Amino acid sequence: MQPTSHAFKANVRDALDDNTLQRALGNMKTGFIGKRAAAVARLPEFEALRDQGRAIKNHTLENLDFYLETFERNVTNAGGHVHWARTAEEARQLILGICRTVDAKTVTKGKSMISEEIALNDFLEAEGLVPVETDLGEYIIQLRHEAPSHIIAPAIHLLKGQVEEVFRATHTDLPADRPLGEVHELTDEARSVLRKQFLQADVGITGANFLIAETGSTVIVTNEGNGDLTQTLPKIHIVLASLEKVVPTLEDATGILRLLARSATGQEFSTYTTFSTGPRRPGDPDGPGEFHVVLLDNGRTAMLGTEFQDMLRCIRCSACLNHCPVYQSVGGHAYGWVYPGPMGSVLTPSLIGVKEAGNLPNASTFCGKCESVCPMRIPLPKMMRHWREREYEQGLSPAPFRAGLKLWAFFAKRPKLYRFGAGLAARLLGRLSGGTGRFTKLPLAGGWTGGRDLPAPEGKSFMQQWQARRREAA
Amino acid sequence: MDARSQILDSIRKSLKRGPLGEAAAAGPAGRIASHAPGLIPARTTTLDAKGLGDLFVRMAEEVQATVTRVAAPADVPGAVAEYLTSHNLPADLTMAPDPTLDVYPWDDRPLLRIRRGRAQDLDQVSVTGAFAAIAETGTLMLISGNDRPTTLNLMPDTHIVVLRADQVVGPYETAWQRLRAEQAGNAQPGNTMPRTVNFITGPSRTGDIEQRIQLGAHGPRRLHIVLVEGPDAKTA
Ligand code: SF4
Repeated sequence: MQPTSHAFKANVRDALDDNTLQRALGNMKTGFIGKRAAAVARLPEFEALRDQGRAIKNHTLENLDFYLETFERNVTNAGGHVHWARTAEEARQLILGICRTVDAKTVTKGKSMISEEIALNDFLEAEGLVPVETDLGEYIIQLRHEAPSHIIAPAIHLLKGQVEEVFRATHTDLPADRPLGEVHELTDEARSVLRKQFLQADVGITGANFLIAETGSTVIVTNEGNGDLTQTLPKIHIVLASLEKVVPTLEDATGILRLLARSATGQEFSTYTTFSTGPRRPGDPDGPGEFHVVLLDNGRTAMLGTEFQDMLRCIRCSACLNHCPVYQSVGGHAYGWVYPGPMGSVLTPSLIGVKEAGNLPNASTFCGKCESVCPMRIPLPKMMRHWREREYEQGLSPAPFRAGLKLWAFFAKRPKLYRFGAGLAARLLGRLSGGTGRFTKLPLAGGWTGGRDLPAPEGKSFMQQWQARRREAA
Repeated sequence: MDARSQILDSIRKSLKRGPLGEAAAAGPAGRIASHAPGLIPARTTTLDAKGLGDLFVRMAEEVQATVTRVAAPADVPGAVAEYLTSHNLPADLTMAPDPTLDVYPWDDRPLLRIRRGRAQDLDQVSVTGAFAAIAETGTLMLISGNDRPTTLNLMPDTHIVVLRADQVVGPYETAWQRLRAEQAGNAQPGNTMPRTVNFITGPSRTGDIEQRIQLGAHGPRRLHIVLVEGPDAKTA
């Protein structure tokens, strides 16, 4: 998809004005957050498991080449194939090439953020194939020609009436007078329409939550079972995964799985967790005849060894989005690309550049909620600060901001002058606010006071108070 | 340079080192060889067999699976038939060709019409065994094989699983251990894992429309477990 991250500010304005979106986002606050808290409270070992998860991923990243080669060897031993892709384009071409070997027409798809990242559907369509998303939320947004607005609940920005509308417009072979106003009617209709697609698909493409080096297995986690039907019924199963998904052993994946569902939906465990190893074996009554894994880099190896390496621990649970006050207010589309919320604010500049996505790391109140819920203990706020620094270093921040910062730096380097100025300013601003204690409008700070009041300083500056207290104490 | 070499190269460059030498590779290689379990939650570690069975049932029911506990293998066909009648379901079953299911006296219930094989599109009810059940989260573990089609776990509206009490374990790690032990017996190279291992926790569901949970998104709408307890269960 064409990023619009540079237009973040305009996107935000639209999102805040969109009443339907605001109602849909309201559902999220009651759902994910409360359920996660309850699930975490039930597992006394949760904090220790977070430490363990972080350690597993750190160890794997430090030995990433070793584990990827081991993974590849074991996939091959099991009769599968591993393909390496440096870029999105290479991954798309590899997948197309595999589809062409069986003259594929219908390609069913399990939910995969990497598929969104490489804009696979548009590409396959342009090549004359018919990609069909099978996760209910993904199916809905595919019909609406939209991007997902959430990494595990892609249609969270919609209300059921909008789903009914697009189903009626698409499933025109069904009776026009059928009842379709209820969530269960919509779910049932999607089930029967998509079941036909599963049965006629030539190729099934899924993502992977984990790759197991030890066994050459790929792992998917779903609640619907759509990923399993996607990979079991067609002739070919293609797994599209970014390379940081690898972990050493089954036990390592198991430890992290204890964090994933709890952090994501507040479930103890997702409904379907499936480990796949190679194609159908001799004598097997079902399963795909071929098993391919496309390993995508797309900028990730360049994050290793930098201040953004920690981001490669992410297991895409979405807890950071769900708890983010900015995401809660504007939803996912405002972020303008595939990955929204705090994890997107860190990852997106790494993958598409700080020039396009430099606004995103600024979309934070630095409340720290994301880091406090992240099961992999990723220091998201710190990394957003790193991006701000890079944005500044590359001269990408707006001129008044840079001038202001320079002015501040001039005083900050001269403590006496700074203290004098700060004391003066505190008194002056206090008086200017007319004793109300806040400003509703302030010249040069319209960006701030347009949306909220600026508290006015009252009394003396911190340094003045500090010195006064020291004198009292002495 | 081809993509594979370049990616591996780029990893090493970022990590500021060359390929791992034999000594440096010993760490990660040893980790794989030992595949040591990590932290295991205390929830299951102090329970005896009875306690594990109870916890499994409680956790499975919490996620909308249903469970019938029977005292002997001979009671299994009756429990299946009663479940079908009480839910107004047809008596046509597709059953895994799995020989471990042959020990139950299905002929006692001549009204059950049983076909053995993989699932077909319009199958309503499937019956399978399981490899293990994880009490920690009420999760069933099913593995694929010549007589264990994966499609039976996914396609029919109703999935019935016959489980023996001795198959219930505490944490996933014990189930992995049992699987490794079993697979070691038929260790062809590359077959250390079955093609498919399904961990199933309750019936299929989605919350994708307005976050309201609906059962039966794509997989089974109903998951029913017949748990065989009692002294005969082990030999079954
Ligand atoms: S950054 Fe952490 S909280 Fe956010 S999606 Fe990734 S793992 Fe989950």
